[in-house]
Amino acid sequence: MTLNQGAAARPWVDRILAINGWLVFAFLYLPILVVIVFSFSASPNVGIWGGFSLHWYDRMFGNEQLMNALRNSLWVAAWSTVISTVLGTAAALAIDRYRRWLGRGVFDAVLYLPVIIPDVTMAVMLLMWFTQVNITLGRLSIILAHIAFNISFVAIVVRARLANMDPAMEEAAADLYASRWQAFRRITLPLIMPGVLGGGLLALTLSLDDVVITSLVQGPGSATLPVYVFGLIKRSVTPEINAVSTLMLAASIFLVLASLAFQRRGERSG
Amino acid sequence: MTILDEREGNRETAVNPKLERRARRRDAWRGFFHAAPAYLYLTLFFTLPLIIVFVFSFASRGRTGRPLLEGWNIDSWTRLFEPLVRTIALRSFWLAVLNTALCLLVGYPFAYWIATRRKQATRNILLVAVLIPFWSNFLVRTYAWRMLLDSDGYITQFGEMTGLWGRLLFTVPAVFLGLLYGYLPFMVLPLYAAIERLDWSLVEAGRDLYASGAAAFRRITLPLSRPGIVAGSILVFIPSLGAYVTPDILGGAKTTLLGNYIVTQFGAARNWPFGSSISGAILIVMLAVTVFYFRSGGRTL
Amino acid sequence: MMKRMLILVAAVALVAAACGDSTDETTTTAAAGATTAAPGTTAPPATEPPPAGPQALADACEAGQTDGDLNLYNWTEYLPYGAAAEDGEVDDLKEAFEAEYGVNLVITEYESNEAMLAQIDAGVPYDLVVPSDYMVTVMKNAGLLLKLNKAAIPNMANIDPAFSNPPYDAGNEFSAPYQWGTTGIGFSYDVIDDSEGVSWGVIFDPAMNADYAGQISLLDDERETMGAALKYLGYSLNTTDEAEVNEAAELIAATKANLAAFISAGFEDLLVQGETVVAQGWNGDFLGAYDAASTDDYDAYEDFGYAIPVEGGAAWVDTMAIPATAEHPCTALAFINFMLDAENGATLTNYTYYASPNMASQEFIWEEILEDPSIYPPAEMLQDGSLEFFSDLGDFTNMYSDAYARAKS
Repeated sequence: MTLNQGAAARPWVDRILAINGWLVFAFLYLPILVVIVFSFSASPNVGIWGGFSLHWYDRMFGNEQLMNALRNSLWVAAWSTVISTVLGTAAALAIDRYRRWLGRGVFDAVLYLPVIIPDVTMAVMLLMWFTQVNITLGRLSIILAHIAFNISFVAIVVRARLANMDPAMEEAAADLYASRWQAFRRITLPLIMPGVLGGGLLALTLSLDDVVITSLVQGPGSATLPVYVFGLIKRSVTPEINAVSTLMLAASIFLVLASLAFQRRGERSG
Repeated sequence: MTILDEREGNRETAVNPKLERRARRRDAWRGFFHAAPAYLYLTLFFTLPLIIVFVFSFASRGRTGRPLLEGWNIDSWTRLFEPLVRTIALRSFWLAVLNTALCLLVGYPFAYWIATRRKQATRNILLVAVLIPFWSNFLVRTYAWRMLLDSDGYITQFGEMTGLWGRLLFTVPAVFLGLLYGYLPFMVLPLYAAIERLDWSLVEAGRDLYASGAAAFRRITLPLSRPGIVAGSILVFIPSLGAYVTPDILGGAKTTLLGNYIVTQFGAARNWPFGSSISGAILIVMLAVTVFYFRSGGRTL
Repeated sequence: MMKRMLILVAAVALVAAACGDSTDETTTTAAAGATTAAPGTTAPPATEPPPAGPQALADACEAGQTDGDLNLYNWTEYLPYGAAAEDGEVDDLKEAFEAEYGVNLVITEYESNEAMLAQIDAGVPYDLVVPSDYMVTVMKNAGLLLKLNKAAIPNMANIDPAFSNPPYDAGNEFSAPYQWGTTGIGFSYDVIDDSEGVSWGVIFDPAMNADYAGQISLLDDERETMGAALKYLGYSLNTTDEAEVNEAAELIAATKANLAAFISAGFEDLLVQGETVVAQGWNGDFLGAYDAASTDDYDAYEDFGYAIPVEGGAAWVDTMAIPATAEHPCTALAFINFMLDAENGATLTNYTYYASPNMASQEFIWEEILEDPSIYPPAEMLQDGSLEFFSDLGDFTNMYSDAYARAKS
């Protein structure tokens, strides 16, 4: 329910809250601005401004190792996000919509485990498992590992959304002779779409940012960007990394704005 | 019987029991099929590997550290009660608790402010703005903080100018700053969700009954937003327990936390069974916390 | 509806499985098969490997023979290639190797011996790894390494006799030395006067470091950090005496208050930037940083120095070795031979600022590196015990780990 007049805080309280809000935003964006600004600095010392230059972007594109890592990251993230979003959404629907089926309780518990397990444990257990089952370590193993933890996160987000949904809508659709698939496609799916998108975004972020698990289950030549940055950043912190980060940030912002625009359009026509 | 009825726990007598039973069984199958792919996947790539970890925690240690499937013992588990492990666990615990408290302190007013903006569009934009910094690489962000906090960093310069603080890098405040930065969204998002769903007419009713703003907040808003507080706290507490990269980079690696203790077992100490048992123990504790959360009425995270 | 979803999921899974497996992903644009053979070497086409174990394969290799692309697993920034080689003004060894042998070089990098060990132990098929001395002992005892086919490595003769029979691998049966270096103290001349030698006390003795407390760093490595404390207390850094180890741990715990950080990566940057004035670290990292900080107008060597402490420091050797699960042992042997070449060995040293164990390289190494006692300490130091090599502690590893964890907690 949106805030109504009578419940609003007094103006001075509101002002303090606003100041606090902006301070927190400043806190959140300070390092980001530093990263972006210094990606354009000519000096190889991050922290010392050396004049405006696109030199690092240039070097970035010429760095084979880095470009390969970027390709690996995008490939892995794309596949793991799509698959885990589909599986996670289905899982969330199963738990929320259907109350009684074989193994539901156990599944509910298992779904939470990947969220609470320490990174390094998951990394090691997957490494041990992959070698037992003879799965070649490479991009495939990384994708499999990412899906394993992303399913749960997507499911949690979609479940939160489902919890807020009014099931009467689906029932109304059924009353109007809609088949299950039609009801799903035209009512449930659009209504949970924010949750699905949110879950997908979360999965994408987690996949793109993962270091510990990826570095243990990777194979020859399949380093992803965070793993590559992890190795590089400890040795020589050059603005090249800032350039990469800035571009990835720009790409993510673009993605989000695009999806928001799609949603807006959907709402208007729907 | 519809979903609606199931939810509300209605126990109407069915008109046609056989049809009801068949529908219910079909529903159960549908539910199972929805979950099947994810269930299968998680069993294959999560549950089974996890079982292996538990099995290995009872194995003995090979020369390279890998577990040898012989000489089964509980050494790795008895080691958990050593004073060293207890010290490390306690320190990690306090770090996580303090970080959660800090995130709550900073996050609640922030989430409240966002949730009480009038236009949905504004709220959406503000939320997205909170998330954007987290789409940059975690390490790059942390190293940016390191740069800001070192002797020539802008924050240090500001502190020295105002006489408030000196070099913050490699101190305890720096660690908490980094942790707060990393986990704030995990607190803000559930809090926002809870506060936004609040029935404000209750608050208005309270005001009508001559409650002051502060009293209305304390006795109506705060308790009603409790699910958000609990959810956010869990989402921050659990990863904080295993955090070690931020304390290492910003704090100078001067303390051993659970996270790096586990990593060491799989690394330099070459003692995988012990690493497995520590991980197993943490998992059990976290599971207990989560179960407690659900028993005490939480629904989803 | 569920049927459709199942089909969708199955389809996606199939496609993922088909497209996901690409362990042949290369990092190079060098045309595979370009055979502009360098003088003196040939690049015969890959022969069909006999269906025997990898050791037999390796033993059958001839000098210069290759059997496919090389999967190299190396430390970060330990081989000059790409933009980094340009910055360091040295040849790109990756391109050189690929051009000479007509194969691709796929490089994956690691940060620690143990991370590498975990992957090799799990059977990930790298062809060549670069383990440190004590790790060679661990790996060969665990049967993780192939014996080197010396016939395929004629350049072994170039190795300095001091490294031909090292304690961690008698007779270089399983490994060939790559680079070697020392661990000591890097410092700013502002606070340290090294005319009489530097003592570990500048880190551990509160009386000595009162002026710059809080600006000191130690490595974050249980062997190295404990080693420094042990050396200061007068013990061997391979001691298995529990009392001595505990004493070292207590010393570190007491020193913690005066430290800025425990840091194994970037300690040289902290020193050059002025965050620290005294730092424990590896010579090559320090000297590389000093060189990078020097410009035409400024010589960093006037402000910063490196010294092996009077109580003694550590010396270590990184080696090249072939894992038992290597799929292309012949190419690996060819790579080892390539790196042991006089000029390539010199290029490597000119890039990393670490000493080369290759005697024949000496005429190609830059003067300033050869003459720098920080990089090439006097030979006696290796004999008289001032420089000690790490050896594998076997079952005592845990003792060190726990002592170190206790020191830091």
